[in-house]
Amino acid sequence: MTMAADFAVVTRGSRANQVIRGVGELFITLGVVVFLFVFYELWFTGIYTQHAQSQLNKQLQTEWAAPLPSPTTSPTTSPRPVISGSPTASSVPVAPVTAPTVTPIALPGDAIGIIRIPRLGANYGYAIVEGVSTDDLKKGPGHYPGTANPGGVGNFVISGHRTTYLAPFNGLGDMVIGDAIVIETRDTYYTYRVTKTASVLPTDVNVVLPVPGQPRAKATQALITLTTCNPKYSASHRLIISGLLESALPKSAGLPPALKGS
Amino acid sequence: MYGWLWRKLPGGFAGKVSGCVALFVGGLALLFFVVFPWVEPRLPWNDVTVNSPSIEQTVVSPSPSALPS
Repeated sequence: MTMAADFAVVTRGSRANQVIRGVGELFITLGVVVFLFVFYELWFTGIYTQHAQSQLNKQLQTEWAAPLPSPTTSPTTSPRPVISGSPTASSVPVAPVTAPTVTPIALPGDAIGIIRIPRLGANYGYAIVEGVSTDDLKKGPGHYPGTANPGGVGNFVISGHRTTYLAPFNGLGDMVIGDAIVIETRDTYYTYRVTKTASVLPTDVNVVLPVPGQPRAKATQALITLTTCNPKYSASHRLIISGLLESALPKSAGLPPALKGS
Repeated sequence: MYGWLWRKLPGGFAGKVSGCVALFVGGLALLFFVVFPWVEPRLPWNDVTVNSPSIEQTVVSPSPSALPS
């Protein structure tokens, strides 16, 4: 039998033809599904975040418009203890507790404030959610529970998605030392200035300590730390943006200088 | 696979086309609302926090020496 004859047999609709065609169609379909998944990750997830952000912003506006039940500094208004989750699952050794825990200012999943970064655009603003679970981070940048509150002494740590879910921290790689990070809370604009950018391993919990790199040191400065994945589309490292509190201005005094300039 | 599907779908040409569209939309919905959300957390590129995978356990419990603000 010649090659041409073989080919003729196959194209005529033999069993082999059917199998080969079926496998081919399956692979093409899988390829389309993978493509759809990329589309889902990079674009479709943003719709969810967009919706969640508008909910959180509404929540903040309502909360901020309402009169205070009691002074924000009062720890007695805390709705829940700060500890959650079992300590047994911990895989990374952590520093012993040396001081009272930070009183959370919101329930997990609720908004605690708005982050504004002039370098990433005059209109750049995301509601920060309390918590860094998968579900929390889908809504927007998340505040590590247990780390300092906005403007507080210690380390105010926020994590955010870089490529999916509206990618709030997509542009963090563009930030340079001296850039402003403004955290808007109920009645204050906290302006931080970037002091360091770094790429660290995902296991490097040092960066979220009250005094980064010094587990036992007592915090005296109000720091901010932003974390996201690095490089983009990868989970091999974390991009770390560190900053130091420059000013805490009441909102009644208008926009802080860092936002005015943009 | 698709040839078999086309032959199995009922109705004339119009019926087959609308059957295809319905299956396509159904498949898309299944992917976007069930399969992809399930797959996503099992893939690594959304990890943005330090000390994953047990974020809450490790970061919350130390609650280090930060002072209440």
